[in-house]
Amino acid sequence: MITSILKEYSLTALEQVTTWYKAAEITKFPKNGGACVKYKNKQIAVFNFTREGKWYACQNLCPHKMEMVLSRGMIGEDMGTPKVACPLHKNTFSLETGENLNGTLDAIATYPIKIEDGFVYIGFSE
Amino acid sequence: MKTVIVVGNGMVGYKFCEKFVAKETNKDFKLIVFGDEPRPAYDRVHLSEFFENQDAKALEMAPAEWYTENGIELMVNERVTDINRDEKTITTANNRDFSYDYLVLATGSSAFVPPIKGVEKKGVFVYRTIEDLEGMLAYAALLKTKNPNAKAAVLGGGLLGLEAGKAVMDMGLEPHIVEFAPKLMPRQLDSRSSQVLQLKLESIGLHIHLSKATNQILGDKAITGMEFGEDDVLDVEMLIISAGIRPRDELGKSSGLKMGVRGGIVVDNKMQTSDENIYAIGEIALYNQMIYGLVAPGYEMATVAVDQITGNLENQMADEIDMSTKLKLIGVDVASFGEPFMPATKGHSVIFENKTQHLYKRINVSLDGKKLLGGILVGDATDYSMLHQIYLNGMPIPSDPSQLILPAGDGAASFGSAMDLPDTAVVCSCEAVTKGQVCCSVKDDGNETVKDVAKATKATTGCGGCKPMVTDLVNETLKSLGKVVKERICEHFDYSRQELYDIVKMKHIKDYDELLDTHGKGNGCEVCKPLAASLFASIFNETANKQDTIQDTNDRYLANIQRNGTYSVVPRVAGGEISPKQMIAMGRIAQKYDLYTKITGGQRIDMFGAQLHELPLIWEELIAEGFETGQAYGKSLRTVKSCVGSTWCRYGMDESVSFAIEIENRYKGIRSPHKFKGGVSGCIRECAEARGKDFGFIAVEGGWNVYIAGNGGATPKHALLLAEKVDKETAIKYVDRFLMYYIQTAQPLMRTAAWLDKLEGGIDYVKDVVINDCLGIVDQLDVEMQRLVDTYKCEWKEAIETPEIRAKYTHFVNSTEEDENIEFVSLRDQKMPAPWV
Repeated sequence: MITSILKEYSLTALEQVTTWYKAAEITKFPKNGGACVKYKNKQIAVFNFTREGKWYACQNLCPHKMEMVLSRGMIGEDMGTPKVACPLHKNTFSLETGENLNGTLDAIATYPIKIEDGFVYIGFSE
Repeated sequence: MKTVIVVGNGMVGYKFCEKFVAKETNKDFKLIVFGDEPRPAYDRVHLSEFFENQDAKALEMAPAEWYTENGIELMVNERVTDINRDEKTITTANNRDFSYDYLVLATGSSAFVPPIKGVEKKGVFVYRTIEDLEGMLAYAALLKTKNPNAKAAVLGGGLLGLEAGKAVMDMGLEPHIVEFAPKLMPRQLDSRSSQVLQLKLESIGLHIHLSKATNQILGDKAITGMEFGEDDVLDVEMLIISAGIRPRDELGKSSGLKMGVRGGIVVDNKMQTSDENIYAIGEIALYNQMIYGLVAPGYEMATVAVDQITGNLENQMADEIDMSTKLKLIGVDVASFGEPFMPATKGHSVIFENKTQHLYKRINVSLDGKKLLGGILVGDATDYSMLHQIYLNGMPIPSDPSQLILPAGDGAASFGSAMDLPDTAVVCSCEAVTKGQVCCSVKDDGNETVKDVAKATKATTGCGGCKPMVTDLVNETLKSLGKVVKERICEHFDYSRQELYDIVKMKHIKDYDELLDTHGKGNGCEVCKPLAASLFASIFNETANKQDTIQDTNDRYLANIQRNGTYSVVPRVAGGEISPKQMIAMGRIAQKYDLYTKITGGQRIDMFGAQLHELPLIWEELIAEGFETGQAYGKSLRTVKSCVGSTWCRYGMDESVSFAIEIENRYKGIRSPHKFKGGVSGCIRECAEARGKDFGFIAVEGGWNVYIAGNGGATPKHALLLAEKVDKETAIKYVDRFLMYYIQTAQPLMRTAAWLDKLEGGIDYVKDVVINDCLGIVDQLDVEMQRLVDTYKCEWKEAIETPEIRAKYTHFVNSTEEDENIEFVSLRDQKMPAPWV
């Protein structure tokens, strides 16, 4: 069952997007922090990186222990790379590529995001 | 282009590849590597760590992509079965042929299984590969479902055997070590050090059986015991064999290479076998009539073979190979170097033994008293790096050699510093990095941290045993260049916690972004954010609600995150005193929300398994019943434990419960560098264990004794006496000052015990500061503590009464559904998280 949840998530590039899912109003997301969005059977962590003036989305699932917690992690930056730190064991992942920055875990899936008329949209390829 | 085929992808085979790709000339060669395990090379030296995290990836030497990126063809799961030396080809189990110009055999070794009757029975394992470990874990789990007290034995009391013993402990089985010889680690230890080690291991729960020859393994199909002699039987349901290694030299035999009498492929100092196109390295190579079962010589062999093949013929294997080792076995330091045993005709031994502390140190000194020949360290190996270097470099030793191993007295500098070593001294033997290379990396290449130096030189990346020495060298070199060795918080702040504390306080900065903009750089991270949050709280008593995204998850949601991402709830039960009405209320609430409940180690009640959206609902009910947050999540005061005290106890000297409640309410909510706890005992029987706490009071005839800086977390410490027979008000005043001084000056996540350890002058200095006011700061400390006490607010009350804060307690922002990923299983009529896979 565990690997099957992981399979739900795969890195989606902007040019692959076929669906822009209207997630929620931007005011629902904390500044410089994250919150979780449900899309079908997926859980997506969305981060409003106010300091950078950018938004990021990635799987909510931490690939270390397979718990749905990444949206509750702190965000920050590692030598210029925006990252999120898992609240369980502080594994850090690039919010751009999903790469595990302080270990050798598998990369997490990241998703394109856009803001229109005060709403957050997440891009999916299905 | 020539083809080099490497057979074997263990640590040494990998090292060959790594050294090979670093060569300029490697473009003239094609490298093909065969491994018969299903994964690329991993760090077998740290195999037992697999039991802690079960993360095979963490042990990888390099990911599979590394081979591709470097143009190496890696074939895993492909066993080489034949060598045709005339044709210069090899054949694999899948019947594929490959031709080579040079062949490198690095097939390593397999576990030696002694020919004991019944060894094929179910439940008997060897300790060698990740697959072996996975098999053991599965079998142990099965055993435990049938018998929670199942026992398992390890056959072999050598290095690996003891590691396996720890593995057995970690699996939750009763561990037994069975050794044929009359001592543990027979190759490294003498009898006395073996006895010291045995005492230590027994004290942590290992059962040791020495001088035992196993006749047969008992049981029908699966093992039920081991028989040593008539009526000498050990009942065990699992056995791990760790009785040494045998070189996997079948390929050498079948292709007619020159072999050792007891196995191993004979090589010369070029690592060449009797066939000039075939090299052998690592644990199959018989060099100087010996098989070296250590990683450092294997790495050196790999380097020599690479040099020989790529044309640098001058690099040859040294005549003598250093067999020194240092290990941390089950949390016990064990090291041996040079000649650990020595005939009396060769030199003198200096021995220090303290069985009460499980310490043994022995050094062997030449007859003229000028050279160190070898030694053994058990229990404390902090001197190992220096002793090993003195031995390797033949450095002069003090006229009284006992100075090398006896603890340094007050003011006496311990002998020798890493900087005294010659530049040619090899400080990292796994990667053959010299002191000169480390220092140059700092001086000439501008590397300023151990991490950078490790990246540049590879020092510390093997077994890691040289890390303390490399750290010293880096720091000392920096100092010699006039650079300040700085405790820096992270890449975003060039300050220590202490400096940042002063900045925040003096400049009255209350906002993280403002602090980063004015005194830091970049966008922050998970290290500096909670640190700044802690400073804002300690200085202004700001609740965690105000800047919630710079808090760790526990402070952000005011609850403790648990294994499956649910949270637990701990209301304050000051001093552990709780009324029946309150107990009933808690029980009712826990039942309503289906929470697992447990009495904590600090006399409180913890309710587990609440989902995010349930937290405000639960707290609303708790607050209505008169509870307030227990800050069980914060780096802050947890509990003040109390005994019953003179109110009920027939021995009580004073009223410990009232005092504990008063003091717990005084310090509740105060944020500090680490969590801290207190204790109040009504008499010297110490039922509240006040001397095991960060601060403690014990009632004695004529007042209270005040203790501070106990606990220590992972390194337990007893608290030290700060003041004797003082009245309650004075006792509180001293602890106020001590805590405030600690909060202002400790490093992040440093407990009071560690803080006191680092403080020059120790407890006497703290007395001088908080009692004698030698710094003239006590008035200020008093004022600051009183302000924290006066400005306390219940964070949960604030959270449930403020709609914006309350709004964050949902799993999804776009749905009211719950997280369906959370799974519970039942345990003793309650629930617990489904186990991690």
